[in-house]
Amino acid sequence: MIELDKKYTEENEWTEVIEPQSSLLSLNLKEVWRYRDLLLLLVKRDFVTYFKQTVLGPIWFFVNPIFTTVMYTFVFGNLAGLSTDGAPQVAFYLSGIVLWNYFSNSLNQTAGVFTTNANIFGKVYFPRLIMPLAVVTSNLMQFGVQFLLFIGVVIFYTLSGDLMPNAWVLMTPFLIILMAGFALGLGMIFSSMTTKYKDMTMLLSFGIQLFMYATPIIYPVSAMNERLRDIILLNPLTAIVECFRYGYLGVGNFNGDMLIYSTIVIAILLIIGTLVFNKVQKGFMDTI
Amino acid sequence: MKNIALEVESLSKQYRLGQVGTGTLSHDLNRWWHKIRGKEDPYLKIGESNDRTKKGDSDYVWALKDVNFKIEQGDAVGIIGRNGAGKSTLLKLLSKVTKPTTGNIKVKGRIASLLEVGTGFHPEMTGRENIFLNGAILGMTRREIKRKFDEIVDFAGVERYIDTPVKRYSSGMYVRLAFAVAAHLESEILIVDEVLAVGDAEFQKKCLGKMGDVSKGEGRTVLFVSHNMASVKELCNSGILLQNGQLAFQGTALEAVSLYQKGANTNNHYEVSSIEEAVGNDNIKILHFSAEPLNGDFLTISSGIKVTLKFYNNKPNINLDATFELRTTEEVPVFHTGALISTNKDSRQGMYDVSFEIPPNLLNAGSYYFKLIFGEDQRYALYHKDGLIGFEIENEILGSNSNVLPGVIRPDLKFNII
Repeated sequence: MIELDKKYTEENEWTEVIEPQSSLLSLNLKEVWRYRDLLLLLVKRDFVTYFKQTVLGPIWFFVNPIFTTVMYTFVFGNLAGLSTDGAPQVAFYLSGIVLWNYFSNSLNQTAGVFTTNANIFGKVYFPRLIMPLAVVTSNLMQFGVQFLLFIGVVIFYTLSGDLMPNAWVLMTPFLIILMAGFALGLGMIFSSMTTKYKDMTMLLSFGIQLFMYATPIIYPVSAMNERLRDIILLNPLTAIVECFRYGYLGVGNFNGDMLIYSTIVIAILLIIGTLVFNKVQKGFMDTI
Repeated sequence: MKNIALEVESLSKQYRLGQVGTGTLSHDLNRWWHKIRGKEDPYLKIGESNDRTKKGDSDYVWALKDVNFKIEQGDAVGIIGRNGAGKSTLLKLLSKVTKPTTGNIKVKGRIASLLEVGTGFHPEMTGRENIFLNGAILGMTRREIKRKFDEIVDFAGVERYIDTPVKRYSSGMYVRLAFAVAAHLESEILIVDEVLAVGDAEFQKKCLGKMGDVSKGEGRTVLFVSHNMASVKELCNSGILLQNGQLAFQGTALEAVSLYQKGANTNNHYEVSSIEEAVGNDNIKILHFSAEPLNGDFLTISSGIKVTLKFYNNKPNINLDATFELRTTEEVPVFHTGALISTNKDSRQGMYDVSFEIPPNLLNAGSYYFKLIFGEDQRYALYHKDGLIGFEIENEILGSNSNVLPGVIRPDLKFNII
């Protein structure tokens, strides 16, 4: 500390200036990096406290996808008779559900980040960006467990000869990053708007539900006619889901261009989201 | 010349009053329309000074207006002012929780603020886990916390419970742990907001001691916000007095405190002629409240005080009581005692006169004010009013010592000397 003081004396420089208006681009990523320990500890907090005082503990992570898959298989597979591109129905629906759960949970929680943390944000300063980052990281835990369940199902069908996974499975980490980026970017834009106009929470809660039907979760892209297919391909999640299925289930029509398109859209969204979030975070305490 | 650790330049903060709801969007659009035409924000002009007792014309108010000051490194600065003077707003701006409307703050070094201790504590996690999480929220790295861990636990005195979830802690232990984490932050500037109001006497003393160490021993800058003038005088070497969002005075702590106390209500006589003008609510209207000398023309130590209260009661057939709480302007309670006005559910709807005497040679010289609480069944508050009257007791020279003697009371004791 003495050394630090000396440095300040010599240079007579301010380490920080707090000002009303800051430019849109004054993003302090270095500061976020300095707080990386906080990110880890927040994730650890979620991990430690999630199952406190529950009997079944992490088994709850399995309950949701298993029952949803059974339901989807019955309703969409048997009653509605939707195509699964020839893949076993259980594996097909489970793959969609696992991905969708991660995306929708992350989006929902990121969008509510200002409202749920208003108490902490009102008392202490730390780079607010840490919070949405912690959300998408914490959700990886649930995703990881459900993903294991999915892998189990894939192995089962592979051994019985119904499935042939291919090298595209190696893309999985990249797909998860893309999905996290999409949820983060969209969530930050929504969270910035909810601080002032709570209407956005209403919009988001049913918007996410509808968005699932605009994503090939319960049906494959191939089941669409030409016109609808062009629309569905605009959704950046489409390429992610299709690539995931193509790798593990070997079905669906998928090519690298779609993935490049998704990557570009998500990157742009992420940049916009970060900038908007950064702009809003400085003054949101007065409006929330 | 010493180093400036913190410089505040024409700092202002504007808040919108009332409900943020309808009208927000139209204001936003109007603001945006002015902005794209390169004009000034139309709502920045109409704010007025922050006097919460007066009804303003606009929905916008300046919680802080054009505040300028510099703080030297190593100073312990007491920030004082009445409720609503802008102290908390200033602290919020300093700790970056919210941003200023105009002006800026320049800082040298890291700022750590203890606006409220225990932020981010999770009840399900153990003391150990919470120390790490809370420390990280306050800006420490994991390595820093690890290094200070033993010190923190030792300071909080909760070693035995360190692996127990904090929801099992007593509230005192909880606060001690929280303060301990915050007090061990490594920062050049420390902001403290009345956290000392918690914990038992022993722990309060420890906290004050720790703060003293921080400013005197370690050469860090401390900003201390408090209503407790005694601890401001003890801890701080300089003081800032805020009034209605503006800087009223900056100088030594002693000067600031005495200026603050002078500003207190020393009007010892309140009287209105009709119920319409009276302060009060639907239950109670106060028409007269005064503290006059029993003997002589001035309130002195030996004059004694006659306190008279006249009020209108609007609630018939209840058990009515009126409680008088006398406090020094340093917020030390002197007494809190009540008059049972009716005990058989037989209060009348009408005027009551209550009076009592504070005997001579009881109160020491100093400034005092009354809190009034009207109650039902000695349980439910019907109306309360702080500081309607206050008074100053003048010192009397007894013997050769002309200084004010310490203490809240100064009884005339009969000494037996053998």
